[in-house]
Amino acid sequence: MKFSIYRFNPEVDEKPYMQDYDIELAPTDRMLLDAILKIKALDDSLALRKSCREGVCGSDGMNINGKNGLACITPLKDLKEPVVLRPLPGLPVIRDLIVDMGQFFKQYHSVKPYLINDNPPPQKERLQSPEDREELNGLYECVLCACCSTSCPSFWWNPDKFVGPAGLLQAYRFIADTRDEATNERLDNLEDPYRLFRCHTIMNCVDVCPKGLNPTKAIGKIKDALLKRSV
Amino acid sequence: MVKRVIVGAHYGLKDWVIQRVSAVVMALYTIVFCLTALINNKFSYQDLHQIFSNRFVKITTLLFFISLLLHAWIGIRDIFMDYIKPTSLRFLLQVSVIIALSGYGIWALLILWS
Repeated sequence: MKFSIYRFNPEVDEKPYMQDYDIELAPTDRMLLDAILKIKALDDSLALRKSCREGVCGSDGMNINGKNGLACITPLKDLKEPVVLRPLPGLPVIRDLIVDMGQFFKQYHSVKPYLINDNPPPQKERLQSPEDREELNGLYECVLCACCSTSCPSFWWNPDKFVGPAGLLQAYRFIADTRDEATNERLDNLEDPYRLFRCHTIMNCVDVCPKGLNPTKAIGKIKDALLKRSV
Repeated sequence: MVKRVIVGAHYGLKDWVIQRVSAVVMALYTIVFCLTALINNKFSYQDLHQIFSNRFVKITTLLFFISLLLHAWIGIRDIFMDYIKPTSLRFLLQVSVIIALSGYGIWALLILWS
């Protein structure tokens, strides 16, 4: 199978370049990550992040034939040859397929992605009704792979100001949580032409999310919550 | 060291709502206008003059133009916010657009009530 992979080692290369590989695959090589690891066995200078190899850790996000995704859960049989692999767009490249996720996590941290409740915790746990718990489905599953935010043009232009789809999905995850008591502060934090309203419903995030989540819908619900609060 | 607290600028919601509402107003006006024009099938200067001398038509048309100008302002401002980084240039462009759009608004008003 033919591959064309983005290569850049800032210590050696002046400019990034694309390197071609042609490898024999075994019938057991089903996912893109299997193939990349085979390439890495031949050329150990190729750098990439990976860990759980089953779409849970979110490490191996990359741009696959022009679309962001996780290499470990992308079936090889669906890919057109040559498979063009590039690092996630919009973030600084550290080396080959590894990007600096600093900006992405800065935005994630800015939404305070943890439960805020100053009441003393009950003996066992804070309970929710099944209906209230239902509201968190489609929000908590995010693995922070950054596929969505790095496919969002609004995040490309303003990564320092726009929270991005991943951060906003997490923001809504805690706004929607009935155990959380900081809803107002959270909405204050997001009521901003850049932080929230840079989203122009382009929906690239929905298109690429490897976990099948819908950040655009969550962003819409944040806007609804803001509207409800103000009328 | 004082740690900078990240908070929202506390605006943006109104602009977003205005853009949505103005879009609905423009869509309704356009549909109703096209339908009545097609049904009546009268396009001579005299016919149009008669239609637009009706006060109700004048007011709804003015509402359409106000929606159009607000919608355009928010849209263009968003584009400037994305692409024009130097503050002075962005400010200059925003002021020019406000002046131009206000001019168009007054022009529309003069045409409708002339």
